[in-house]
Order: sequence, then structure tokens, then C-alpha cells
Amino acid sequence: MDPTALLLSRLQFAFTISFHIIFPAFTIGLAAWLTVLEAMHQYSGRPVYRTLFEFWLKIFGVAFGMGVVSGVVMAFQFGTNWSVLSKMSGPIQGPLLAYETFTAFMLEAGFFGILIFGRPRVPPWFYLFSTAMVALGTTLSAFWIMVNNSWMQVPTGYVLQNGQFVPDDWAQIIFNRVVWVRFPHMLLASYLTGAFCVAATGAWYVLRRTYRPEAHVMLRMGLALAAVLLPVQLFIGHLVGDYVHDYQPAKFAAIEARWHDEQPASEVLIAIPDSSTESNRYAISIPVLGSIIASMSLNSKEVGLSSFAPQDRPPVAIPFFAFRIMVGCGFVMLGLAWLGTWLGLKHRLERSRLLLWGIFLSFPLPWIAILTGWYTAEVGRQPWTVYGVLRTADAATPFLTASAATASLILFVAVYAFIFSFGTYYIYRLLRAGPAGLGGKSLEVPVPNRPMSLADKMPTIVEAGE
Amino acid sequence: MVTFWVALLATSILIYLLLDGFDLGVGMLCGLAHSEAKRETMLHTVAPVWDGNETWLVVTGVIMWGAFPLAYATVMSAFYIPVIVMLLGLILRGVAFEFRSKALRSRWIWDVSFVAGSLVASFMQGAMVGALVEGLQFSNGDYVGGTFGWLTAFSALCGIGLCFGYSLLGACWLVRKCEGLVRDAARRQIPPLAIGVLMFLIVVFAYALAEHLPILQRWTDRPYLFLFPLIGAGAAAVLATSVLRHDDYWPFHMVALIFAAAFGTLALSFWPYMIPFVLTIDEAAAPHASLAFMFWGAGLFVFPLMLLYVAVGYRVFRGKSAPAVDHY
Ligand code: HDD
Ligand code: HEM
Ligand code: HEM
Repeated sequence: MDPTALLLSRLQFAFTISFHIIFPAFTIGLAAWLTVLEAMHQYSGRPVYRTLFEFWLKIFGVAFGMGVVSGVVMAFQFGTNWSVLSKMSGPIQGPLLAYETFTAFMLEAGFFGILIFGRPRVPPWFYLFSTAMVALGTTLSAFWIMVNNSWMQVPTGYVLQNGQFVPDDWAQIIFNRVVWVRFPHMLLASYLTGAFCVAATGAWYVLRRTYRPEAHVMLRMGLALAAVLLPVQLFIGHLVGDYVHDYQPAKFAAIEARWHDEQPASEVLIAIPDSSTESNRYAISIPVLGSIIASMSLNSKEVGLSSFAPQDRPPVAIPFFAFRIMVGCGFVMLGLAWLGTWLGLKHRLERSRLLLWGIFLSFPLPWIAILTGWYTAEVGRQPWTVYGVLRTADAATPFLTASAATASLILFVAVYAFIFSFGTYYIYRLLRAGPAGLGGKSLEVPVPNRPMSLADKMPTIVEAGE
Repeated sequence: MVTFWVALLATSILIYLLLDGFDLGVGMLCGLAHSEAKRETMLHTVAPVWDGNETWLVVTGVIMWGAFPLAYATVMSAFYIPVIVMLLGLILRGVAFEFRSKALRSRWIWDVSFVAGSLVASFMQGAMVGALVEGLQFSNGDYVGGTFGWLTAFSALCGIGLCFGYSLLGACWLVRKCEGLVRDAARRQIPPLAIGVLMFLIVVFAYALAEHLPILQRWTDRPYLFLFPLIGAGAAAVLATSVLRHDDYWPFHMVALIFAAAFGTLALSFWPYMIPFVLTIDEAAAPHASLAFMFWGAGLFVFPLMLLYVAVGYRVFRGKSAPAVDHY
């Protein structure tokens, strides 16, 4: 196939999926949080929970809509750009995506309408149930897609027949240890995204001295959740690293920028990997630590990239730096969450403006960690699409021309840039306006079956008030 | 097993046609509505359900991938441009639901993108069906038609035809869900749209006769196929009388029946091919292990549940939807 078309297809897939993941990362966490808020409101009756619910629901609506439309694209791109992959792995990846659609997307889509428009039309318990179903849908969706991608990372439970991957052990495909570390890693990453966005919004309001009661709840809940989840996430991250070490040694070597076999191995903290000389420049490394991290031993031998044939090696720089950025984000978030929670317990948080600024500005960190985590996983998997069995170059649509691929890539970039700028602008406006006018009493929403009837009012009210 | 999945695929396509059909139709008709309040009212009738409607497209896509991977891979890659343009159209109209009422000065952008997105997506769907009917170029099972192999006079005609068809369905939906001015306008649109659809059917038929399209032979081989046009004609007659009687309920159901009849005709004249005269259903089918895995969970249990969600959704939002209140 045409190498330019291949490169463009890879760029297009990377671009569209990176765009897509921005929204699920946010909505998975937010849906769970909305369920908790609604349950707490129905249980305790405190109006602040209801105010927060209505406020975040509007933001959820916009993000969810963008997640849906960008996700539909993903479901068809396997066929348009990777037709050989879809033909070969269809018997395995197809049913997995079908389960995702049947169990998750339909659930989300069916109850999303009720969540946004249905409150006046259904009894409270059913409304809570609908919220929970949307949250369950997003979680199931993350589960199935992680099964799907994990099969591409570590293919198991299949036999190759007539040029197709034919499943012979579904239990092995779904319940293997790779899925069961990667799924929690992704799920926690999404919860952290939700937690940090909520906490950052709280910090912002405290800094602006508005919406005190809501800001207080958001800041406390967000930070406390993050403070608990982060250590778990870092530990699971370590387990994810273990699977890479065991099943994908070339990727592991690339992440560690280890060019040659070492015994005992050192750990490169930071360096500039140079593939032309097969060595690292400006490396800062710690002896023996590499063996400890990889194998929990003081003198294990760790494989280097030069043990692999050149055509089987992944690029080094992207996995190397992306991995370090992800881990770095994790530690910065840990510091913020622990410090914030501790000061919060001592009732000093609202006065530490520096820390509040830090929390406010930290909201992009989880997204950066998620994207760089995926770049580590996906670029490190190269040159394979299905690890060890199907090369990326062989997976693409054979007759796709460079001109068609260029046209589609340009169109995607143009349309996504357009809707992304407006979408973030609208979300920013909603956040800026805050939960105004909803102080627990205006529960009789004027036009109940309009999703955005609350949303449009928001900016106008505030503009008038300013 | 294969039969089960063909049936489920056909059901999903039909559900998609009917649900997203009226949804896209309302989108196109919005282009004809002059006032802000009217467009808003029209949008409200579909806003709570559009996400679910569109998900049936995904359902169709993944059943194809899981149960008929060869067909999925072939069709999607051969239709590279139309699939992607259709998806972009769906994106532009989908975000309009969320964005339109958030916008203050830029509202017109989302009106335009709602109408244009709906139009483009409908046209591409029609064109793809048309190209399948006319036949794509294959050699030894590989697509060789090139980037624009799908675009012919016939497929373009089918694209326009589907736009009319969806608009008709959309107009009937509005008659059913709205009151006042919007309903009256929609009722007046039904006759011209219906005539448009009829003209399209005549032209397509004449073209097929003139070009000796292979699919036409099916009709002489399988006379029972004529049953469907008969059903369609009956439904058209009821449609005409119900419009004259100013009935709000029947037109939508009758147009839906016409759609079902048309779809049945097409599906049965394709049988046993998935891509006419190139790939049969049996050749395209996934191995038994895949079909069975999907059957015992997704097919047998979850599919009925999905129908239940749809029913619950439409039940919660039943009845006439409230007219838009000007909120400024
Ligand atoms: C870990 C999470 C995650 C990841 C990695 C992906 N998705 Fe996704 N996707 C979701 C989590 C999600 C979600 C949370 O379920 C979404 C986002 C917002 C939403 O509405 O549902 C969604 C929406 C969504 C939809 C629209 C569903 C609907 O119609 O309601 C489709 C078709 C896909 N996705 C398909 C894909 C494909 C083919 C992917 C991989 C290549 C993919 N997603 C990656
Ligand atoms: C000490 C901290 C961490 C370690 C050791 C770690 C380890 C890893 C490794 C090795 C991968 C690559 C997996 C593969 O190739 O499949 C990965 C992927 C990923 N990481 Fe982390 N991680 C850490 C922190 C985080 C944090 C804080 C987040 C997000 C908030 C995060 C989100 C992700 C995501 C979304 C992926 C891609 C999905 C996957 O492959 O499972 N990670 N992580
Ligand atoms: C949502 C987070 C994800 C991100 C950010 C991501 C990122 C990427 C990137 C950067 C590439 C290009 C790699 C290269 O060619 O060098 C890629 C390729 C690809 N990914 Fe992902 N990915 C994600 C999830 C998934 C999932 C869940 C699947 C499958 C179920 C998947 C399937 C693929 C396929 C088929 C390709 C193209 C073939 C290839 O380049 O190997 N991705 N992805």
C-alpha cells in the first residue's frame, strides 16, 4: 500500500481517538459523581447537592454530546482505514464492540434523554435510576473497549484460520490479567479527571469569592476522592508496567530507553534517546534500580532494544517521554491532593491562595496523563497493530489513496477544531457563570423538556447581574 | 445462527431508517422554517431521542463487523469518502442540539450546521444504497472502483430521493408531535414531499429498466416481491386520506410503513447477497464461535432490552411536545 496513505491513516486514527478520549475521560467520572450527588440529595434533602447536580448536568450534557458524535466516527474508522485489520480481527474485535454497543451505548443513550429532559416527567426514584444507568453505561463502555484494545496488545484465545483470527476461548480473551489491570487503570484515570475538574472549579470559585457553599463541597469532595484514588492508581500503574515487561519486552525497553541488555539494569530517569547512535544523551540514571522496578530483584538481566531486529523495534522517544510525563502528572496530582486534603482537615485550605491557584490550574493534568499514557501504550506497540501477529503496515486498507486520506484528515481536523473551540467556550461560559439562580428553590424549571433551557439562562442572568 | 444475525441486522437497519429518518428529516425541514421559535419547537421534538436514534447506526455497524466482518471491511473501505462525509455531517448536526441554545449571537451557525449536516448525512446514505443497487466494481472480491467509484448519476439520484423520503417522514413526525403553526406548515409540506418521493421512485424504476440493472431480474424471478409495493401503495392511499382529514396520528405510521415496504423489497431482492452479486451472506459470515458468542448474550438477552430502552424513552416523552417559549 501507499506509504503516505498509511502514515496519514495513522495520523488520522491518532487524531480522532485523541479527540474522542477527551470526552469519555470526563463523562465517565462525572456520570458517577452525578449519581452520588442525586443519591445524596434524595437521602439528605440538602439543597446544595441539588444545585450542584443541576449545574454539572449542563456541563455533562455538552461533553457527552461531543463524546457521542466523536465516538460514532471511531466505530467506522476500523472499516474505512484499516480494512485488513477489520477483516482479520472482525471475528474477535467485532463481537467485543458489539457487546459494548448493546450493553453500554444503548443504555447510555436510552437514559441520557431522561437524565437531561425527563426530571419533571418521571418519579424521583426512576430519575435516580436513570442517572445510575448512564453511569453504569459509561463504565461498561470503558470495560469493553479495554478488553478490545488489550486483545490487540496481548492477543490470546484465538487460532489463525483462513486469514482470520478465530476465537477459541472467549473467557481467556475477556478475563485475562492484562484486562484486569488496564481496565482499573483507565477507570481510575477517568475518576481522577472528574475529581480534579470538580476540585479545580471549587478552587476557582473560592478564589473569586463566589458560590461559597457549593465551592466548599466541590473542593472537599474532589480533593478527598483524588487523595484516596491516586495512591491506588500509582500502584495499579506499576502492575500495568509488569504486564508490559512480561508480554511486550520491546515496548518496555523503549519506555526505559534501554538500548542494550544490562545486568543488573539501571533506571534512566531522564535523557534524550538517540536512535542513530543507539544511546542516550545527557542521561541521568540510577544503577540497579532498573532491575528492581522491572523484576523486583537486585541483579536480574533486562533486555535492551538491540536484542530486537530493527524492523521489530518501536520508536523510542515518544514512549519514553510520554511515560515520564504521565508518571510526573501522577505525582504532581498526588502532592496537590494530599496537601489540599490535609489543609482542608485543618480548616486552612480556603486561606492558602497559592495552593488554590495550584489546584485551579491543575485541571488539565489528568487529561495530559491519559493522553500520554495512551501514547505510551499505542506507539510502544508499533510496528504491530495486533502485537506480534499483524503489522500496522499490513493492517491498512490496501487501495486507500494518499489524496483521499489527505482530504479526510483535513476535514476531520477542520471540523473537530471548529466544534472543539465552540464546545470549550460554551463549557467555560457555563463554569464561569456558576450555579447561579438555582439556589435550591427554583426547581420548577420553566420549559422542562428543553435540555438547555437552564443553560441559556445562565449567562444572561450573570451578564445582567455583572 | 447466520440467519439470526441477518434478521437482527435487517431489523436494526430498519429501526435506524425509521428513527434517524424522521430525526434527519426534521433537520432538513428546519431549513425551511423561517422563524426562530419554529425551528426551536421542531428541534425539541427530537432532542430527547436523537442520541438513541443515532446509536442504531452504531448497532448496525457493529453487527456487521462482528457477524459479517468481510462485508463490513469491504463496504466501509469502498465507501471511504461517503462514510466519512456522512459522519462529519452527523457530527455537525449532533453538536447543534447541545450548542444551539447555548449560543447567543452565534446561533445561526448551529442552525446552518444542523440543516446542512442532516442534508449531507441523508444524501450520502441514499447514495451508498444507490451505489450498492447499481453495483460496485470488484475483481476477485477486491474493490477496484477507486475513490469515487460510488458516485454516479444513479447513486446521486438515490441520495436526493432519500432526502425527500426522510423529509416526508420528518414532516409526519412534526404533524404528530406539534400543534399550531408548526403542525400546519408540516402538513402543507407532506403532499409536495410525497409527490417528490413518488417521482423519484418512477425515475429510478425507469432507469433500472433502461440500464438493465441486474437487480431487476430478481423481480421476474421472485414475483412475491410485488407484495411490498402493494403494501406501499395501500399505505400511500391511507396517508393521502389521513392528510386530507387533518389527522395527526396516522400519517407518520403510514410513511413508516412505506419505508418498511421499500426496505423489505430491497433486502429481499439482495438476498442471498450481502453486497449484490459479489459477496453472499454465508461468505461474509464470521466463524461460528463469534456468532454463537454474540447470540447467547447480546442477541438473545440484550437486544430485547435495547428495544425496551427505546420504548421507555419514547413513552416518557410521549404526546405533543410543549411549544417553545421565547426565553429572552
Ligand atoms: C475508556 C473509555 C473509552 C475509550 C478508550 C473509547 N471510548 Fe468511545 N465512548 C466512551 C468511552 C470510551 C463513553 C464514555 O462510553 C462515551 C463517551 C461519551 C459518551 O457519550 O459515551 C463513548 C462514546 C462512543 C460512541 C457513541 C455511543 C453512542 O452512540 O451513544 C461510540 C460509537 C464509541 N464511543 C466508539 C469507540 C471506539 C470504536 C473506540 C476505540 C477505538 C472508543 N470508543 C474509545
Ligand atoms: C506511577 C505512576 C504510573 C505508572 C507506573 C503507570 C504505568 C503505565 C504504563 C506502563 C502504561 C502503558 C501500558 C501499556 O503499554 O499498555 C500506562 C498507560 C496508561 N496510563 Fe499510567 N501509570 C502511572 C500513572 C498514571 C496516571 C496518574 C494516570 C491518569 C490519571 C495514568 C493513565 C494512563 C492511561 C489512560 C494509560 C493508557 C491505557 C493503558 O494502556 O492501560 N497513569 N501507565
Ligand atoms: C482512547 C485512547 C486511545 C488513544 C489516545 C490512542 C492513541 C493511538 C495512537 C497515537 C495511534 C497511532 C500509533 C502509531 O501509528 O504510531 C493509535 C493507533 C491505533 N489504535 Fe489507538 N488509542 C486509543 C485507544 C484505542 C482503542 C481502545 C483501540 C481499539 C479498540 C485502538 C485501536 C487502534 C488502532 C486500530 C490503531 C491503528 C493501527 C496502528 O497504528 O497500530 N486504540 N492509537
